[in-house]
Amino acid sequence: MNGVDLRPLLLSFEVATLATILAAVIGITGAAILANFRFPGRDILDVLFTAPMVMPPTVLGYYVLVALGRNSVIGHAFEALTGSSIVFTLTGAVIAATIGAVPLVVKNVRAALEETDATLILAARTLGATRLRAFFSVQLPLATRGIVAALMLAFARAIGDFGVTLMVAGDIPGKTRTASLAIYSAIQGQREGEATTMVVVLTFLVLSLLYAVGKLTARRPR
Amino acid sequence: MRTLKVRLALTTTSFALDVAFEVPPGVTVLFGPSGAGKSRTLGCIAGIVRPDRGLIALGDDVWFDDANKRELPIHQRRVAYVFQSLALFPHLTAADNVAYGVARSVLAADRRARAHDMLKRMRVGHLADRKPATFSGGEAQRVALARAFAMQPRVLLLDEPFSALDADVKRELLAEVGEWLAREAVPAILVTHLEEEAAALGDRVVLMDSGKVTREAAMDDPTLSLPKIRASAKG
Repeated sequence: MNGVDLRPLLLSFEVATLATILAAVIGITGAAILANFRFPGRDILDVLFTAPMVMPPTVLGYYVLVALGRNSVIGHAFEALTGSSIVFTLTGAVIAATIGAVPLVVKNVRAALEETDATLILAARTLGATRLRAFFSVQLPLATRGIVAALMLAFARAIGDFGVTLMVAGDIPGKTRTASLAIYSAIQGQREGEATTMVVVLTFLVLSLLYAVGKLTARRPR
Repeated sequence: MRTLKVRLALTTTSFALDVAFEVPPGVTVLFGPSGAGKSRTLGCIAGIVRPDRGLIALGDDVWFDDANKRELPIHQRRVAYVFQSLALFPHLTAADNVAYGVARSVLAADRRARAHDMLKRMRVGHLADRKPATFSGGEAQRVALARAFAMQPRVLLLDEPFSALDADVKRELLAEVGEWLAREAVPAILVTHLEEEAAALGDRVVLMDSGKVTREAAMDDPTLSLPKIRASAKG
């Protein structure tokens, strides 16, 4: 092929976008619970949400395969409903990328939510707002910058996932071979040239996202 | 014309609060030095702080009663709480801030109309579409009071909201609050350590010190002399 195969990069973008949406829903919900409620088991929930940051990808992948594989209850039900399995498909790749992204959303959104002036939330409550309304109309909008930053980090993390994706989605060209996996197989096959474009694009993208996150979260004088 | 009855006890590691007093319609001043437990008392009335024991009721409507395990959630008490920091929502315009507290059963258009009307009455109608970051101290104060009045509260709590204002602005605002209270006849509590504020608004005074009520009196009681209290951050 003359020119570079861009399919892995496009697939990475697709996977990372879907994973970021999924991680946003799970992560913001988790962060809201951890930031606003005291309950037994809260610290354990925090550990579970954070664990993927430090857990070996193979171990995470193993759990996903056990929980969502073709022989699992969920995997079986999903296959019966959709006709396709979760693992070794695009769905599996999205779930794999989501797992790494969720801790970044939970940590950063929680910090942003906890930073909102508690008096404002109490003021909302005295003005007649239920806890839920106070959350959506005051706490969440005031944490917007932190949330946007968290989602950018999540996207940056999701687009580069390697270990869990390999375990859960495999490395199927055109189907689950994301840019990270394609770089690996190009290097393995001594086709460094194929890897270069993807390396450059991913590097530039991740550095830009980190720069933007830094700008967004820089302390502003009040 | 309903009276707010307050009897509450609350013990923390560093502090013990044990007070009982009544707030008839009109302004009752909670007067005392910082650390007397004034703000915490307001917190209990608003439902922000839960007392260990006690009874808080407006007329026959019980808001808190530990004996019968009754506790009305904050948002159902309809208590207007004007915080020392004012707590205006920085992401909302003045009109949206004021409309926030108007009952959700009121149509959105009517909520907006009421907000604009209240801002005008507080002479800050021109700020309706602006956000709090651009307000002067006096303007922010007026918007905060408009927000408190627009929710048609059953009880009004003022936690040293005038402390940061210069004398002229303060005098005007005290007069406007007094006017509103005279019209609406709700029980109101003003927390302050400033004699001039107490004298300008108060009908009655409850003196507090170290978590206890030391005296209750009518503001015009000739035997009453308010202790001199030096300005401090928070009661």
